[in-house]
Amino acid sequence: MFEFFNKFFNKPSSKDIAKERLKLVIIHDRANVSPELLEMIKNEILKAIQKYIVIDDKLLEIQITRTPSEQKGEFVPALIANIPIKSVKKTEILSNEADN
Amino acid sequence: MGEVYVITSGKGGVGKTTTTANVGTYLSVLGKRVLLIDADIGLRNLDVVMGLENRIVFDIVDVVEGRCKPKQALIKDKRFDGLYLLPAAQSKDKTAVSPEQMKALCEQLKDDFDFILIDCPAGIEQGFKNAIAGAQKAIVVTTPEVSAVRDADRIIGLLEAYELHNPKLIINRIRFDMVKRGDMMDIDDILEILSIELLGIIPDDEKIIISTNKGEPVVMDEKSKAGQEYRNIARRILGENIPILGEEENSGFLSRLKKLLGLNNS
Repeated sequence: MFEFFNKFFNKPSSKDIAKERLKLVIIHDRANVSPELLEMIKNEILKAIQKYIVIDDKLLEIQITRTPSEQKGEFVPALIANIPIKSVKKTEILSNEADN
Repeated sequence: MGEVYVITSGKGGVGKTTTTANVGTYLSVLGKRVLLIDADIGLRNLDVVMGLENRIVFDIVDVVEGRCKPKQALIKDKRFDGLYLLPAAQSKDKTAVSPEQMKALCEQLKDDFDFILIDCPAGIEQGFKNAIAGAQKAIVVTTPEVSAVRDADRIIGLLEAYELHNPKLIINRIRFDMVKRGDMMDIDDILEILSIELLGIIPDDEKIIISTNKGEPVVMDEKSKAGQEYRNIARRILGENIPILGEEENSGFLSRLKKLLGLNNS
């Protein structure tokens, strides 16, 4: 019955915690990428994109996941970036191009 | 011509040796000619689990160093027809046998057996590379713990790198009471993370300890649940289609509905 209340109050069970921790640690094991390196990549991407687009940098997500490769049944690590766009700096780019 | 399996894991103490002993024993009960090779050189244990420790004259290192012929080192298990053990050396270190020697040894013995099961040392070092060198198929053993599953993932990656494709998974020491409470990862959780094919799940069973104490494989214990599952695994290896334990328990409509409502555990 405790489990029921735990679920009711949205408390994750210890197996859910184990699973989440495992997923994270395995993703990094597979790609051999440390969280620090991921943070550096994130900052570089931010810099590059912000030249052209206004993005919500608080909601920017970058992680390593597994995607099925072209070979059947095999999985390869992939870098996935989720970049919420606020607006595109259209005028600036267009005017730059017009100048050229 | 025999099939060579390696039974491996990342973390130690998850049940490789017990698995090798029991699956091998039951394959022989089913009429196959089986050779168990202990590749955990320096820390041999398959001999004691099998109860054959006091019959060892030569070991695998004697064979590769030419002190005896391979067949002289094989110990025939008198209880089971067609079951043999090639023990590891206790005094040498893991590098006493090279991958090439292992490969040659398996090639040499393959024709005399239907199955060769190699008990691999834990970890990813040289001992692992030596043990897998002669194998065509791999079985990965894990328990439902974070550390064991993580290390299993590493091993699966390495097997892939050494071109031992499509390893099968055995999840050992499942406690269904803890799974029901949500305090142990279930089979689906582990398969989702490792994404390999399941060969079987072994419930945590104190009879394993009793049978290991006696040096008698638990597959011969009719009442043991773990023994039953090891028998099923042996049959699955032979191609029989036997449903995996516990899967049918969760497939009913009522339990699915309960799961949906979050009532499964109450």
